[in-house]
Amino acid sequence: MGVYLDYQATSPMPESVREVYVDALAGVGNPSSIHQAGQRQRAILEDAKERIARIVGCEPIEIILTSGGTEAINTALKGAVWAAQAARGPDTPTTLVSTRAEHHATLDALQWLSTHEGTDIAWVPVDDQGVLDTDSLEVILADHRPVMVATLLANNEVGSIQPVGEIARLSLEAGTPVHVDAIAALGYLPINFAELGVTAMSLSAHKVGGPVGVGALVLSRHAPELSALMHGGDQQRGRSGTLDVAGVVAFAAALELREQGRIEHGAHLAARRDSLREQLCAAVPDVVVRGSHDARLPGNLHITVPGCEGDVLLYLLDQHGIQVSTGSACQAGVPEPSHVLLAMGLSEETARGALRFSLGYHTTEDDIEAVASVFPRVVEQARAAGMASGR
Amino acid sequence: MGVKVLAAMSGGVDSAVAAARAVEAGHEVVGVHLALSRMPGTLRTGARGCCTIEDSMDARRVADMLEIPFYVWDFSERFAQDVVQDFIDEYSEGRTPNPCMRCNQHIKFQAVLERGLALGFDAIATGHYASVVEGPQGKELHRAATWAKDQSYVLGVLTTEQLEHCYFPLATTPSKDEVRAEAAERGFFVAAKPDSHDICFIPDGDTRGWLAERVGEREGPVLTAEGEVVGSHQGAHAYTVGQRKGLQLGYPAADGKPRYVLEVRPKTNEVIVGPKEALAISELAGSVMSFAGADPVQSGLAEDASDEHGFGCEPFSCHVQVRAHADPVAASARISGGELVVSLLEPLLGVAPGQSAVIYVGTRVLGQCTIDRTVSALQEVSSG
Repeated sequence: MGVYLDYQATSPMPESVREVYVDALAGVGNPSSIHQAGQRQRAILEDAKERIARIVGCEPIEIILTSGGTEAINTALKGAVWAAQAARGPDTPTTLVSTRAEHHATLDALQWLSTHEGTDIAWVPVDDQGVLDTDSLEVILADHRPVMVATLLANNEVGSIQPVGEIARLSLEAGTPVHVDAIAALGYLPINFAELGVTAMSLSAHKVGGPVGVGALVLSRHAPELSALMHGGDQQRGRSGTLDVAGVVAFAAALELREQGRIEHGAHLAARRDSLREQLCAAVPDVVVRGSHDARLPGNLHITVPGCEGDVLLYLLDQHGIQVSTGSACQAGVPEPSHVLLAMGLSEETARGALRFSLGYHTTEDDIEAVASVFPRVVEQARAAGMASGR
Repeated sequence: MGVKVLAAMSGGVDSAVAAARAVEAGHEVVGVHLALSRMPGTLRTGARGCCTIEDSMDARRVADMLEIPFYVWDFSERFAQDVVQDFIDEYSEGRTPNPCMRCNQHIKFQAVLERGLALGFDAIATGHYASVVEGPQGKELHRAATWAKDQSYVLGVLTTEQLEHCYFPLATTPSKDEVRAEAAERGFFVAAKPDSHDICFIPDGDTRGWLAERVGEREGPVLTAEGEVVGSHQGAHAYTVGQRKGLQLGYPAADGKPRYVLEVRPKTNEVIVGPKEALAISELAGSVMSFAGADPVQSGLAEDASDEHGFGCEPFSCHVQVRAHADPVAASARISGGELVVSLLEPLLGVAPGQSAVIYVGTRVLGQCTIDRTVSALQEVSSG
């Protein structure tokens, strides 16, 4: 596998989780069935939900299982707009508040709502470290009557932790519910849904070593019900579809393992990331570290390298068996200049030289040294290639 | 001993088989698909283009089967400037460009090759049907083994230096059927994929409509060479010398024969029409030229006749081809006054400024020029 430093894209499934997952697949019965087999499956499912709830600080009933983070986010945002329209009439103007530095699951859902439901999107600026500006939020909340505020817990590209406590306080004072996308933060930061004071929170299993296709929307028991995205059985609070017992069991197992890792090795992870940052900055002095300097995800290092194309850097590192990301990917595999960096005020040219290293709890000092040893030569070659193909 | 080869993979069957052959020849091959559009379509429609996400997936699946690394390289900005904008500019000036040649000249064998060389590659492999041969004065570009599939015309823009790094694994393949059979044998599901043709960035094939959207429509007269108004048009840029269809002239010529576009005058927005005979030209010339390998003097074809305009040579016998699928015509070429001047031994019809005239000596591609002016077999017609 080489040196895998793309844990924020997806995190490999640990062997113990894989065993739990495969064992659970052998279970017989639909958890919604009334018979004994169904009841046993339901018990396994509810047990797993309770374990997840304990770690993220919510009640089990507040967990709505989904097909992943994207569905969770779409349910929260579209569900909120549709519920407002249902309550106040279809022609009611709706406003959502967010930033241009969100994940595409949020941005594209907002874009869809703007186009198809006429929802007005009020954009809160982020600063040059990618952190939401709460002063602007306060003004926007006073001027509009938003249906929901959508924020990240930590930015998935540049790792900056958002002032969610303050965002929730301001929003609730204005009577506006908050959705927090906690997908990048899960397993790397302590999360307590109740203490955050938000209304809804999206989670994904594969980012913490669970299966792809499993996620959750945590929706406060006090929240107004959301309108459903899909219809067909209403198995959980407006969410239809057969419940994935094995998936949730594996999610719970992965999350527990990750939480244990966070508590025991969290400090090591940040130290290793700092070591990588220091070595890269020493080797190539004009490297610029992006994102928050003090409040960022412990495994995240995001840099821009002047005079380089991120995809060329990525190619060259890949040739050395080092797997990283430019931070943003698109369907055709062509890295667009990151919308997060553009929202932070960087030029397109600077944004093109972006590289995201995301470390896991099993990343070793040898891995860091492997990167540091090839990095100067890689940058030199990428600069030559940039000159060759640039204008 | 293998070298490091960058295989340009469009997602089509030719480049797939070319990459496979490069791997089999023992080279260290990396596949690369060029993203040339910022807003690619999702699915291929009919037989057009090579720039959809489906095409990039097709290329990726072939690379997977060959077990070679695969990357998508974004050249959409350069493509937009050097190929698409050039196409618009050339038409706006009443010229007829060949965008595939521009792409070969500026994107595939320049920007991509230069990036590849900087990243440590030795050569670029493509699915073109053409041969690179080691000649007495270095690398030479030749027609493919089979004339019917030959694509050397669109490679006529290659320079000596670019040719040094070109690798065309399909050079000796007698037919496309054979390439398809080989692809099927290798288990490539692109084996039966339709050929792409036409202009990749005009997906519906409506070049005139596409240009009208970008250049704008402006009504102007259709005139005979004598100045008689015989119709109107919605913008001279949409017409090409030699064009017969779509003129929509109100009444026929006196002799009842069809009329053809003889000249496009974008400055005055005039389109000149006339009988087929008036299309015949006896000479063509252009000042922007290149040689794929040794020039005519180095090749021993002609005596040096350099002048104050730079390199020049005495006349030499050759064939000239003005379109990808046109027949070559016997000619005599010389370079003087900074121009490549080609005198045709028999008249050629419908040659438009902006096209490339590729010069052949036997099967060898000597070089090319972009046509600036032509001399009518009856009178001189200049591009103005």
